[in-house]
Amino acid sequence: MSLGYILLALLVLSVIGYVLGRSKAVSSAGGDGRRLHSLPGYYGWNVVLATLAPSLLVLVVWLFVQPAYINTQVASLISQETVAKSSLDLVLSDVLRVADGLDVAVESGALSQEKAQALSAGSVDVRALLGDLGVALASEVTDEILHAAQAYRDINASGEFYRAILVLAVAIAGFALAIARTHKDFRARNVVEQAIKWILIAAASIAILTTLGIILSLIFNTVEFFKIYPASEFFFGTVWSPSFGGGSELGILPLIWATLYISFIALAVAVPIGLFAAIYLSEYATPAVRAIAKPLLEVLAGIPTIVYGLFALLTVGPLLVDVLGNDGLLGVGWMQGASSVFTAGFVMGIMLIPFVSSLSDDIINAVPQAMRDGSLGLGATHSETVKQVILPAALPGIVGAILLAASRAIGETMIVVLGAGAAARLSVNPFEAMTTVTAKIVSQLTGDADFASPEALVAFALGMTLFVITLGLNIIALYIVRKYREQYD
Amino acid sequence: MTDVTTNPASETPASRKKTSLLTVDALTRKRNAAETRFKAYGVVAISIGVFFLAALLWAILSNGMSAFQQTVVSLNITIDVARLEAAEKSIVKTSKYNAIIDEALIAKMKDAGVETEMSGKDLRKMLSSGAAATIRDDVLANWDAIKARDGQVMQYDVLASSRVDGYLKGRVTREALARDKNLDAAHLDIVDQLVAKGTMVKSFNWDFILGTDASDNRPEQAGIGASMLGSFYMMLVVLFLALPIGVAASIYLEEFAPKNRFTDLIEVNISNLAAVPSIVFGILGLAVFIQFMHLPQSAPIVGGLVLTLMTLPTIIISTRASLKAVPPSIRDAALGIGASKMQATFHHVLPLAMPGILTGTIIGLAQALGETAPLLLIGMVGFIASNYPDGLADGFFSPNSAMPAQIYEWAKRADPAFYERAWGGIIVLLVFLLTMNILAILLRRRFERRW
Repeated sequence: MSLGYILLALLVLSVIGYVLGRSKAVSSAGGDGRRLHSLPGYYGWNVVLATLAPSLLVLVVWLFVQPAYINTQVASLISQETVAKSSLDLVLSDVLRVADGLDVAVESGALSQEKAQALSAGSVDVRALLGDLGVALASEVTDEILHAAQAYRDINASGEFYRAILVLAVAIAGFALAIARTHKDFRARNVVEQAIKWILIAAASIAILTTLGIILSLIFNTVEFFKIYPASEFFFGTVWSPSFGGGSELGILPLIWATLYISFIALAVAVPIGLFAAIYLSEYATPAVRAIAKPLLEVLAGIPTIVYGLFALLTVGPLLVDVLGNDGLLGVGWMQGASSVFTAGFVMGIMLIPFVSSLSDDIINAVPQAMRDGSLGLGATHSETVKQVILPAALPGIVGAILLAASRAIGETMIVVLGAGAAARLSVNPFEAMTTVTAKIVSQLTGDADFASPEALVAFALGMTLFVITLGLNIIALYIVRKYREQYD
Repeated sequence: MTDVTTNPASETPASRKKTSLLTVDALTRKRNAAETRFKAYGVVAISIGVFFLAALLWAILSNGMSAFQQTVVSLNITIDVARLEAAEKSIVKTSKYNAIIDEALIAKMKDAGVETEMSGKDLRKMLSSGAAATIRDDVLANWDAIKARDGQVMQYDVLASSRVDGYLKGRVTREALARDKNLDAAHLDIVDQLVAKGTMVKSFNWDFILGTDASDNRPEQAGIGASMLGSFYMMLVVLFLALPIGVAASIYLEEFAPKNRFTDLIEVNISNLAAVPSIVFGILGLAVFIQFMHLPQSAPIVGGLVLTLMTLPTIIISTRASLKAVPPSIRDAALGIGASKMQATFHHVLPLAMPGILTGTIIGLAQALGETAPLLLIGMVGFIASNYPDGLADGFFSPNSAMPAQIYEWAKRADPAFYERAWGGIIVLLVFLLTMNILAILLRRRFERRW
């Protein structure tokens, strides 16, 4: 029974449940709604919740567990030699493709269900057979893979069968229980509200689950990585040269260096501009100017980072080469190619301007008016008030805002992937191409590397480092900002 | 303003007596100058910001608008059913169609009065390498109609090659062609004459907006339509998961949560997740949805799930703000006439907060629509989205691209003709984002209530 039918069945069951529960409650009160404990609808909802909540929970858990279970079952059917020849992932994906192909064959009527399961590679050319049906297979199908695919289909079919049975059984049990409990004295509203509250709590907990998911997926794979690659070489190595054939050197220092360098340039662009813009907007601008300038700056924040990446790669980079390159206007020959630390940092700075300005704007606005009035009343000019009263008062908040911007810069991906270059380097020249942690996460995971190789797993270690750094910055920044807000609230 | 107390040592009472209050002394002038300077810094900062915005928009529009036009050549092809049938029976089917195109091209040169010694094969370099396949697809799709018109002449509009297209748009110059083995200056002479005759024209490029991506060597055929559908399915997932979950979580935190450790833990998690780099969500998606759950790679459902997790904090934060904006008197009144806490929330507070919630959701969706980095990790890049999904289930579960991923893919390809596509894709993406943001603003204007 497919997923759609199960959901449909649950839906039908719950609609019936609503009607039945409601009418049973009303009839138990002799048709007089005043003698019921709760409004009649609550008795209906009680049955609906009892039917849906547990069965959907079972269904979701099943959907999570079944693929993992099937995979371990099928993997155990594959011999060590086959795995040694390529890799488990590749073999498994072959198995999946053959199984899908058999599904298509059965659906289109080219094979009967029994025949598909009894097929053996010796007697029929499976590849040609499936090729005719539009399922292209990369390699010849061996007996082993075919059997694994058949086993996969077997387990999958029985899994779906038991899934349907279990889910429907749970739903019917809940249905029956709720109907049996329905009576005019049953406190349906309290039960329903309690259940809804648990649903709300579950929704709120998804934030915790997400964090947990991030941490677990990073930790597991990072530990795997450190099993095959020494941690000290990763953290203190100064050379980054992955080679998918093996023998890679995976030192994180050049990547960290470039990341910090680019972020520094970005902040050097964004902080002065953003801060002065914020001061002007909150202290000097007339409402009319503010109403135009503020949204205009915030448009910069709404533009996707891929756009900035393309801007860096195709507009800013070539422009900089025209000025600073070998045949450039200045004739200094500093830049060899369009991608460089400066290109990426500069464009990232543009992206961060609204981030810095709107955060600082909020913070400056939170400084109490009394402090301004006091300073102006003592004879200070407006700019003196800003420099000597408002900024010192707002300083913790602004530091927090800058830290948040820094964490944004460190975690930014698309601009550096497109604008910073691909070679890892430890250099102080900002016009050289370097590469960052985020850019390497992308390139290591989008290649064709096997997930079990150190070249792919290193991405998780990089991700872990990135996560820890940005998390640390965020926690400090949020702590500072919150402390600051409390000060003036 | 005076400066009586600022610097008493330098100014003796005797010297002060001589000056009037109305004459501005040196220190005041200095301070006023500092004031003007400071104000100017602010103006300059804002101008720089606005200048960057203008530069960005100019770069996008000037590079991308040309993607919406495409050069086409109209060819008169004589339908010869016997020949088409023979072509279908041969092994390399499109080569037979190429022969037909060659003949049509030579005939066309004669019609247009263009003197050339080039063979049909050479002339064909001006056309897209997909021209034969385009004609064949059309013939197969309308086989019965074609059969009925045996011997008649039919007009086909065929795409010109990306280099010819680039030449007409000013991207490819004659000098650049010297190094290009695909096209000669002689071709460009013919192009000039055909343009003068009006048989080679630039027309509006619907295929770019609605079409599918094409392979590496046919930039003139690449379109963003399929990845637009991919983005659409992802947004459906985000909308149907993030909105209910986000609203439920916010209601709990704002209306019901007791002040305890667990609530604090959730709050800290939400504010941290809002600041986690998006690429980390990509890693999460890769590890949990693809490695562990074995959902299909590159499928919109996976992208949608990842973007849901990423958008949730945004939606929760804005929803909580709009719930907070509903005054307590509403709750008190509902509770006062006997509603339960749950009834007060769901019947009164939530409907009043709804416009704010929807505004926040639309902005969250717009953010998710433009997000690229996590999509790269779950495999929405590196393959060619050359098919439309057929049907709803296929739309969610079969590999597709998404608009930003498609733009990235084009930006990475070697042929500069794809850059034009990338900029054009950005225009399409920004039009969507603009529409969503305007919708959010209108919604806020129309329904926002000040209490």
